[in-house]
Order: sequence, then C-alpha cells, then structure tokens
Amino acid sequence: MDFKRFFGDTILTTKIESVVNWGRKYSLWPMPYGTACCAIEFMGTVSSQFDVSRFGAEVVRFSPRQSDLLLVMGTINYKQAPALKKIYEQMCEPKWVVAVGACAASGGFYNNYSVLQGIDEIIPVDVYVPGCPPRPEQILDAVMKIQAKIDYHA
Amino acid sequence: MLEVLKQKFGSAILDHHQNYGDETVVVDRASILEVMKFLKQNAACPFNLFLDLGGVDYPNRNPRFELVYHLYSLPRNRRIRIKTALPESDLKIRSVISVWESADWFEREAFDMFGIHFEGHPNLKRLLMWEGFQGHPLRKDYPIDKRQPIPVMADLV
Ligand code: SF4
Repeated sequence: MDFKRFFGDTILTTKIESVVNWGRKYSLWPMPYGTACCAIEFMGTVSSQFDVSRFGAEVVRFSPRQSDLLLVMGTINYKQAPALKKIYEQMCEPKWVVAVGACAASGGFYNNYSVLQGIDEIIPVDVYVPGCPPRPEQILDAVMKIQAKIDYHA
Repeated sequence: MLEVLKQKFGSAILDHHQNYGDETVVVDRASILEVMKFLKQNAACPFNLFLDLGGVDYPNRNPRFELVYHLYSLPRNRRIRIKTALPESDLKIRSVISVWESADWFEREAFDMFGIHFEGHPNLKRLLMWEGFQGHPLRKDYPIDKRQPIPVMADLV
C-alpha cells in the first residue's frame, strides 16, 4: 500500500528502535557516584545555573536499579573498586557510564598505591571528561555525547 | 612535665626538647606503657586525650622506624609529644589501648602502613588497605608505582 499517497503528511515512518532511543536520550536517569571534589561540580550542573534538565537528565537517582547513566565523579581507590563494579552490575540494560574528571578517567595525579588508575580498569566507560575538576558545561557536553551515542545505535 | 618525667623514669627518657612551648620526649620503647600510664593518670596534668599516633620511616637511620604519640590534656590545655624508636629487625612495641581505648585504630593504621606490631592489641589487622594487600605502603622502600590485584567485594556486615 502506498502510505504516502493515502495518508499524505499526517504520518511518519520510522523504526521502533529509533523511537525508543529517541525517548531514552531525553530521559536519562543519572546515578551520581560522587567520591571527591568533582561531585561538587555535578551539584552545579543539576542546579539552576546550568540545569541539566534542559537535556532531560535531571531525575537523579541514588539507586543503581532505577538509573541508566552512571556518573563516576571523583577519586576511586582500589578498596572501593569492587563496590563500584557491583553498582554498575546492578544497573539495568541499556546503561552508559561517564568518567567525570581526571581521577575517574585516569587516576589523576594520584599515582600511588591506593588509587585506581582509571575506572576503565573495572567497568566499561562511554565518555571521558577531562579536567580537575571539569566545568559543568563539560558534564553537559558529556550528556550530549551520550545522547549522540544513543542516537547512533538506533 | 619534662622534669617530672626525668625524675620518675630516669634513664628511660633518652632525650627531650622544647620548641615554642611544645614539649617532646624521646622514650625508650621498653618503658612506653609505664610512661603513658603515668602521663594519663598523674594528678597534676593528666593527658586524657589521645590525639594522634604517627609512624615515621627514616631509611638511613638506625633504628629505622619511629613512632610519634600526640597527647593533649583537656583540663590543663597542654600538649606533649612522645617519640620512640624501633629497629627494623624487631618491629614491635606494647599497645597503649589499655590506657586510651581510642588508640585502637591508630595502632592498626601504623601496623597497616609501616608493619609495626603492637603487642596486646586485641584486633591487629589492616585498617585502610584491604586484606590480602602485600607490604606496607608508607615505607620509603615501597615502590611508588607498584600495583596490586584489585580486591574482591568484602562482606559489608
Ligand atoms: S579530578 Fe581533580 S577535582 Fe576531580 S576528584 Fe580528582 S582531584 Fe578532585
């Protein structure tokens, strides 16, 4: 049947995945895993000045089972690495991970016996945010990159 | 306080000095418990608050390790520092938990970071590093970029 001729401009054709992902990308539910100074920047990011809700990611959950975007903000040491891994595993698919700041991305300037040299040693990371700490705009940029990634997979 | 200690413990007081009103006493480690008991219990200036315990590693010195106790007297508003040296070959000292219970975690930390054994400690295990960690990271000869296997989740309760 020729939809176009029959319905004119009143319908759109697409794939179910694209529609679902279009919804997903504007309703990311972040789980902040804040362990150090970088987490303070996240407070700015969710507050009125920068307002992450413009990107649909303002519903911050403190339970991994209710969220799909893990934001690791701060220094992760070896002792808590298993806890972070467990939290990641508790999140339902699909899920994304952002390593916010030098510490989460690479260990930062803590090249010592106690600090994990980047969380990608234990969990997969989608976006790395540089900076010590990063500006809130950079965290917003990371959210946009995640959105682009969701789109790309549709 | 220095004079009192010297009179009471004599040769166990190896050295002492005083800068800007902060008294420091170097004590023979064999008498540490007696000196600590006296400092806490004496009526004139009871040091009833155990502030801190730190370890120091002097790789080129003999004896190599040192413990530094920081005490504070709440009623008299005075501080004192007690130092004691420990040789590498015999790294142990008597625990002061029987005098101040708050010494518990400080001693565990010193054990964790420097490998100093506190005799009489009821639960001498690592405090900051995880079970299975090899070595003592605050020793000067611990390699700065040495990495150890990532631990598995410990039981939380
Ligand atoms: S990257 Fe810098 S600001 Fe962020 S947690 Fe590490 S030390 Fe703090």
